[in-house]
Amino acid sequence: MTASSTASRTLPILDAHGAVDHAAGAERFTADVDRTTWHDGALWFVREKRDRGAASVPEWERLRDLASAIKSHTLSRLDEYLERFERRATARGIQVHWARDGAEHNEIVLGILAARGARRLVKSKSMLTEECGLNAHLERHGIEVVDTDLGERIVQLRNEPPSHIVMPAIHLKKEEIGATFHEKLGTPAGLADPDALTAAARRHLRERFLGADAAMTGVNFAIAETGGVVVITNEGNADLGTALAPVYIASMGIEKLIPRAADLGVFLRLLARSATGQASSVYASHVHGPRPGQAMHVVLVDNGRSTQLGRGDFWGSLKCIRCAACLNTCPVYRRSGGYSYGSTIPGPIGSVLTPGLDVRKYAALPFASTLCGSCSAVCPVKVDLDQQLYRWRQLVMAAGGAPPLKRWWLRAMGGVLADPALLQLAGRVARGMLRVLPPRLARRLAGGWGTGRALPEPPRGSFRDWVRANRPGRS
Amino acid sequence: MRAALFAPCFVDQLAPGVAIAAVQLLERLGVEVALPGGAACCGQPPANAGDARSGDAALRLLVETFAPFTHTIVLSGSCTTHVRQHAAQVARLGGPVAQRTYEFCEFLHDVIGLDRLRALAASDTRCVAVHIGCHALRGLQLATPSERMLPAMDKVRAVLGTVRGLSFAPLQRPDECCGFGGSFSVGEPAVSARMGRDRLDDIGASGADAVVSTDVSCMLHLSAIGRAAGRTLPMLHVAQLLATASGIGGA
Ligand code: SF4
Repeated sequence: MTASSTASRTLPILDAHGAVDHAAGAERFTADVDRTTWHDGALWFVREKRDRGAASVPEWERLRDLASAIKSHTLSRLDEYLERFERRATARGIQVHWARDGAEHNEIVLGILAARGARRLVKSKSMLTEECGLNAHLERHGIEVVDTDLGERIVQLRNEPPSHIVMPAIHLKKEEIGATFHEKLGTPAGLADPDALTAAARRHLRERFLGADAAMTGVNFAIAETGGVVVITNEGNADLGTALAPVYIASMGIEKLIPRAADLGVFLRLLARSATGQASSVYASHVHGPRPGQAMHVVLVDNGRSTQLGRGDFWGSLKCIRCAACLNTCPVYRRSGGYSYGSTIPGPIGSVLTPGLDVRKYAALPFASTLCGSCSAVCPVKVDLDQQLYRWRQLVMAAGGAPPLKRWWLRAMGGVLADPALLQLAGRVARGMLRVLPPRLARRLAGGWGTGRALPEPPRGSFRDWVRANRPGRS
Repeated sequence: MRAALFAPCFVDQLAPGVAIAAVQLLERLGVEVALPGGAACCGQPPANAGDARSGDAALRLLVETFAPFTHTIVLSGSCTTHVRQHAAQVARLGGPVAQRTYEFCEFLHDVIGLDRLRALAASDTRCVAVHIGCHALRGLQLATPSERMLPAMDKVRAVLGTVRGLSFAPLQRPDECCGFGGSFSVGEPAVSARMGRDRLDDIGASGADAVVSTDVSCMLHLSAIGRAAGRTLPMLHVAQLLATASGIGGA
């Protein structure tokens, strides 16, 4: 696949004003019927595994309540817990940095690497560095960055962003991965056996681990009480990086905090099952300070989080532990792919986080949902995602994030719906038109509804007509 | 007993047969059905599309219209959810009206009771696929959705289960969204239509003779997609199935 065709498939489709056009991106994705079928099926498979995993825990719903309560409590006094974390971490020999936004984060990381003369960085598990655009920044300054999660490495080799927050390469078939490895890692042409491809990636990564000057990971949980961080992986690559490199940098969003070590078990039980259906992740690495001779840094990143925390309707989105269960269950994500969202975090959680960063650019995302509510029901920390999507819709409209015609049309619709006589008249006219217009023309007039759908067969009269004729006096 | 029936705008205009079946069935069950004029819509369409203010006048009118009644039956899970969640914000009596609002199956299950339904002696030997609208499922909790690890409960199948001979076709994805989603169906036609086709495929593979739903909106969407693809599977609202199975009819 050429670079330009990759770019055209992975870049979000923008409208004339530079706003993400999710519907257009989704249309591009669904145009490949087979890939859509397969993508939907792969994610549904994970969702079903999650169901079995959750069902194996009798107290599942109570765990969700507990996790939600712990997160809500932590967020209600985040300042205190962050300061406590900083004190405890510092006492353990960890250097703590604060970054207001992505640019500051990138500068801090670059500064740490530059001070040590580090030129080769191995990185694991971090949607946050993706959010901050770290790789490009470091590469501009001559630093080689290697993502070490298999999925992340695959998309990195292809010059693509992740399309999913837990399975970054879920949009790719194994044959496509084989082609990429053939081109970049020299595996035999046509090799598509997952085990063989994994082994090849492992050999390739081992050299990178051994040659790294610095290692970086994201953070799944930071514990205020102990001043340590916990990183969850299935491949053990975070441990390899942190154990070998002389410098270790952990980057975390400020919402990743939990108060006590004793709270961790609640989240670990929920996270793996929600993410992949596994009873537990393979590795949960606790890092509570540098190894002898190593330097360890934690960068605490805000990048819009404190603003979101101040939003009465949306602060709950910061409870998110990035399990991706809401993506896997979302019938729209499954059929539109991650790139259609145009944001680092796609799917329902991305659609409530991203408009907070730029309400105009991401105005379409809260509408990329049927509000079926499956996301909220599946979420292990009970983020009320569908409610937040509904409320974002109101704010997007109020902020002028919809074309004037749509706003006018909705106001007009509101007027008709509130006027029973007018509605009866409109209904009669519409039913009449459906009867007399040629179907092709009627479908054209119906706009989006006419795509893949026939128009309703109009009944003779309305229910009101029937009431007048058959149940007079009851109305 | 006395209860008021609210037939939402699209049921009134596009599926009057559902509301007629509901009236006749409720009457057979001994309910004195009030059919007040006035409100014609709950205001959800613009609210869902991001303009709750434009829908508020309709919702306010609904609250005023139904304030005198102890029970209001809403022939749509989605509209019932909208009333429950938003009525209190728009009108003085909104809260009480919201509390006295029932989706149709919910009313039959919670207020009428399964014993009285059984007394209808309804019978139908078809094998049906049940499609509970998402708002009815998760918003109103008419059944336990597949994501929740709660005791299994399903008011819709319990109500339908009073029909002798009726059986349920097992679906691969029992509560997958059909893709309608109000303005979503117009704003995101590609995904919406694809979701509808997938839902129909699942139903088709189940060997069902008909689809029974709580929501006319889902039915309109699914049948529009089915007809465009040249497939026609009968689609019935719960009220229609119960009415025909009880030998009620004659609109
Ligand atoms: S919002 Fe909930 S379900 Fe979605 S990724 Fe976050 S924790 Fe998981």
